[in-house]
This record gives sequence, C-alpha cells and structure tokens, in this order.
Amino acid sequence: MSGALTRRSIDHVVLERGSVAHSWKTERWDSLRLLTPNSQTRLPGATYDGDEPDGFMAVADVIAFVERYAETVDAPVLGDTTVTSVRAAGDGYDILTGQGRWHARAVVLAGGACNVPTVPDYATALPSTIESVTPDRYKNPDQLADGGVLVVGASATGLQLAEEIHRSGRPVTVSVGEHVRMPRVYRDEDIFTWMARVGLLDERWDEVDDVVRARNVPSPQLIGTPERRSLDLDALTSIGVQLRGRLGTIRDGVAMFSGGLRNQCALADLKLNRLLDTIDERAGEAGYGEPDGPERCQPTTVGDPPLTLDLASGEIRTIVWATGFRADHSWLDVPVVDHKGRVRHDGGIVSDAPGMYLLGATFLRRRKSSFIHGAGDDAEDLAAHLAAHLATR
Amino acid sequence: MSGSVTDATLASIRDEVYVRSSGVGTAPPEGTNMTTTDTPVDNGVNVEALLGARAALTDAPAAAQFQWRATCEWVNGTHSHSTVESFFGLGEEQGHRTEFEYDADHPEIFASEDNGATPVEYVLVGLASCLTAGIASVAQHREIQLRSVKATLTGGMDVQGILGIDPQVRNGFSDIKVSYDIDADASPADLEALVAQSQKRSAVYDVITNPTNVVVEVN
Repeated sequence: MSGALTRRSIDHVVLERGSVAHSWKTERWDSLRLLTPNSQTRLPGATYDGDEPDGFMAVADVIAFVERYAETVDAPVLGDTTVTSVRAAGDGYDILTGQGRWHARAVVLAGGACNVPTVPDYATALPSTIESVTPDRYKNPDQLADGGVLVVGASATGLQLAEEIHRSGRPVTVSVGEHVRMPRVYRDEDIFTWMARVGLLDERWDEVDDVVRARNVPSPQLIGTPERRSLDLDALTSIGVQLRGRLGTIRDGVAMFSGGLRNQCALADLKLNRLLDTIDERAGEAGYGEPDGPERCQPTTVGDPPLTLDLASGEIRTIVWATGFRADHSWLDVPVVDHKGRVRHDGGIVSDAPGMYLLGATFLRRRKSSFIHGAGDDAEDLAAHLAAHLATR
Repeated sequence: MSGSVTDATLASIRDEVYVRSSGVGTAPPEGTNMTTTDTPVDNGVNVEALLGARAALTDAPAAAQFQWRATCEWVNGTHSHSTVESFFGLGEEQGHRTEFEYDADHPEIFASEDNGATPVEYVLVGLASCLTAGIASVAQHREIQLRSVKATLTGGMDVQGILGIDPQVRNGFSDIKVSYDIDADASPADLEALVAQSQKRSAVYDVITNPTNVVVEVN
C-alpha cells in the first residue's frame, strides 16, 4: 500500500508496533515455511528471480524479503509505534499512538487478520496439570513437556505442528473439525500454481456465490518442504498420530469429541475432488492440456475413533490450540465492526467510514487477498479509491 | 453473542421472513414427468424464503434465537404422552398449525405395554427426518430433482448399560447407521455431496454427535 500511495504522490506514514515484518520475527515457529511457492512470493516490482520457483521460503527468508521490499518502495515506516486509538475527527481521523498523535484524512487498516489466537471458551475447564500453547507462542517441540500432546485443529498449522511434535517422541492426538484437503503437487505442478493458472486465485469477492462462506474457509492442509510432499490426515495416521472428531467441550476433565469425523472427512474429500475437477476443466480451456488420466487422492481413512479422552489421566500433558486467529480491532474507536468484531467492508472499502480501508483480510477482494502476492492488486485497487476520496474533499 | 436489536428491526425481519415463506413451494402435479430437463426442479422447498431469512438474520443475531419446546406427561408404567405446540423465534411467540401428540412406551419384552415407539426410536426418527429435510432443501438449492428418498436407520445398543449390569457400558447408542436410497437426477458423487452437506447443516445430527449441556430440575 505504501508503494501504491508513493506512486500516486500521496503523503503517508506507516505505523508499525515493532519493526518491519514484526509478526514474522516474533510469532512464528522455527520450522515454518510459506505455504505458497517462491514463484508466488512476489509484490509489485519484486518478483522471485532465484532458481527454486517451486521451493518455499523459510521465515528468515520472508523477513529478508519484506525488509528488502520496504527499502525498495522507500516506505516511510515509523517503528516502535503502537496505535492505541483511531477516531473520526474533522475531515478524517485522529490516530493516537504510544509516540504521539496523528491526524490523517485517510486510514488503511493493515494490521493483519491473525493478531490474536482464538481459543474456545471451554479451554478454561482444562485440568491445571495440562499446559496450553497457542501457535504464536510455539517455537519447537523442545519447549513442550515430555508426554502426550492433543493438537486441536487440523488446518495447515495443526497438521504441521502435529507431525513435528509426534516425530519428537511425544505421542500426538489431533482433533479434526472442518478442514480443506489439498495435495501439494497435482499433475506435476504445485497446487497453487494450478489455482493461479486457472484463475481461481483471482476470483473476486463480488463475483463468488457466497463471500461469507468463502471468507470462512479454513486454510488448506499444506506444508512447504523442499521435497514438495503432501501433508494430510492419512499421512499423520501412517506415522501413528491418532485422529479424533472436533473437540466439543471439556467436562469434568474429560475432552468430548464429535462423532461426526467421518462426514468432516467425506466433505473434505468431495471438495478436493471438485477442486481438481475444476482445475482439469479450466486447464483444458486455458491451453494447459487435458490430464493423462484421473489423478485423485484416496478417500481419507477414518477408523472408529473414541469420543472421549480423560485429560486427568496424565496421558496428555499439553494442548496445542491450532484453532485459528482473529484480527484485533479493539483500538478502533469508529463504529465499523459487526457483532463478531469484524470490520464491515465492501472489498476493503469501509463504507461506514469514508477514507478508511482494510487490507490483508481473507478474501478481501480476491481469493488470493491473504497471500503475499495478493497484496499488490488489492493495494492498487484501494489506493485508487483512496486517491479519488482525497480528490473529492 | 446476542446483539441488541430494536423492535423495528425485528418487525421488518418478520415481514421479510413471513412474506417470503407464504408462498411455500407446491408439490408437482401428479403424473408430471420430472425427468424432462426443461421442467423446473421442485422438491416442494421454498429456497428463496430460506435464503431471505438467512440474509435478514445475518445482521440481527437476536432474532435468530429460537427456543423449541415439548411437554410430557406420565400416563402409566413406562407409557408417556408428549405434546408439541408452541415455540419462540424471530423475537416473539410462535405456534405450530396444530398441536402434535406423541406416545412413547417400551416394548412387551421389557414387560411394558408397547403403547408407542421407545424414546430412543424417537431419536432415530428425529435424526432421519432432520437429515431428510436437509437433503430436500439442499437438493432444491442445487437444482437436483428428487423422485424418492428413503432412509433406513439402525441404532446399536448394549442394554447392559441401562439395566445397570455393567458400569463400563454406556446407556446410549453405541453407534447409529443411516442408509439412504435416493432416486434423483444426479450423479452418485452429487448425491454423496448432497447427503454430506445435509449432515453438515443438520441440527439433530449435531445434537447426537456433539455434547450438549442438559439441566433437569424439579419444580
């Protein structure tokens, strides 16, 4: 956004609570790599020119990439400046920070969609002998007590942590709710390369059937590794990880799981096949040829998992809450959030607050909006709207 | 969670839902050949009304708070008589078209008089009717014409639990199996997706598969 504003000669400042790429420096686990391939780790004017377009950047590489980009676009970043309040004032907004007050005619909310880990209410009923960890505080298995680990959540984070922790010798049980299954490689290409090729990542918020549903889709079960392997529930089962249904509640120290795991897996398998069918259809139309033959994953194997787990028995020592994140807009003193604390917006334009914009949210304007390479188009669109807004005043 | 909502908002939501639901879809005339492709799909579900209600309730969570009710009176032995009539929703008292009545009892092999289905059979009835209603609704939305939908349910139970013979055995079902025979204009994969989506959105499926806090008090 800073680059897009600079190209339009719009005076601006970027307020940053820490330093550039702060959350990448402080809230990521050691082994993490991006879910998108290097070829898609790009921003306007900064495309990947290395020799591993199908590789995946580690956290240190991502930090370097973002820092380099901040220099490239000469972003006027004010570090160590935490915004404590934004409120409407005059022809724009007053912004209070720990380092003083600003007035701006336009404000872009680009604090990210994953500020606070969401942990279910019943986590408070956890026996005191069990330690809770959220992914923003997790670094590696060594920080966990020896013994069993319950990982709650089966999206990318849950599955990656489950595998890593299980391989460290701590037996892992994963509680699986709604999830999105994807192979890493399909017809010899990265699944995201296919999704980009056939236009799925460019689908717009005002064109999809149900944008609310699209925005609530969990992150796909993927991992970025040099060998480009898939990570799904069957892969975890094969190394001895135990699967359970969605965690419903904790009562009298007993974790109670849903009996609906079979359907959760059936839904994920059906949706995966629909995605691959769509890719095949559109790939033909886009000139990438027809598949040689059907390349489909085996249906997920679901046994007859127990419905309860006694958390007081000592079998489980740690619970990892891979149950998602939410944005924190508690500092926003402008009435633009709904009853669930989400900013009401139309493709990033905060209609109830002229001159206010949201950036970086899931499916903000396009399916790729929350991806690194999705920021460019969204920022360009919103910068154009912002410039028009300033011109009309 | 329950956001505040003004009476005016509630009234307008009720108008929206009531107006839309007044034209509930009619069953196709008898003898209509539903296989022809130019006949509009009609499973007797007013999807427009459901989508309208969904849109209207999205920003008014208070109006979405419903309460379902039943009363039950002991008759004799294990025989009881239950009724269902009123419920609450859209911010006001609601009522069924008529009062519905149900007799429950246990079969003669339990030394009962068998004046009605057993309570656990009512659970199976609830599950089957919920999933089947969902199948019809989702099929309508996905433009799948249904010709027949038949579910067969089994619920396994080790009665050593309820008889107090073995404390390790639970009282309830050890497993439930629902088997659907569906005749419709759709591929096997589409029918599988239909049934899967119906489970995803089913209240009774959720009630059975997930824990629910239950309070039983004596007045």
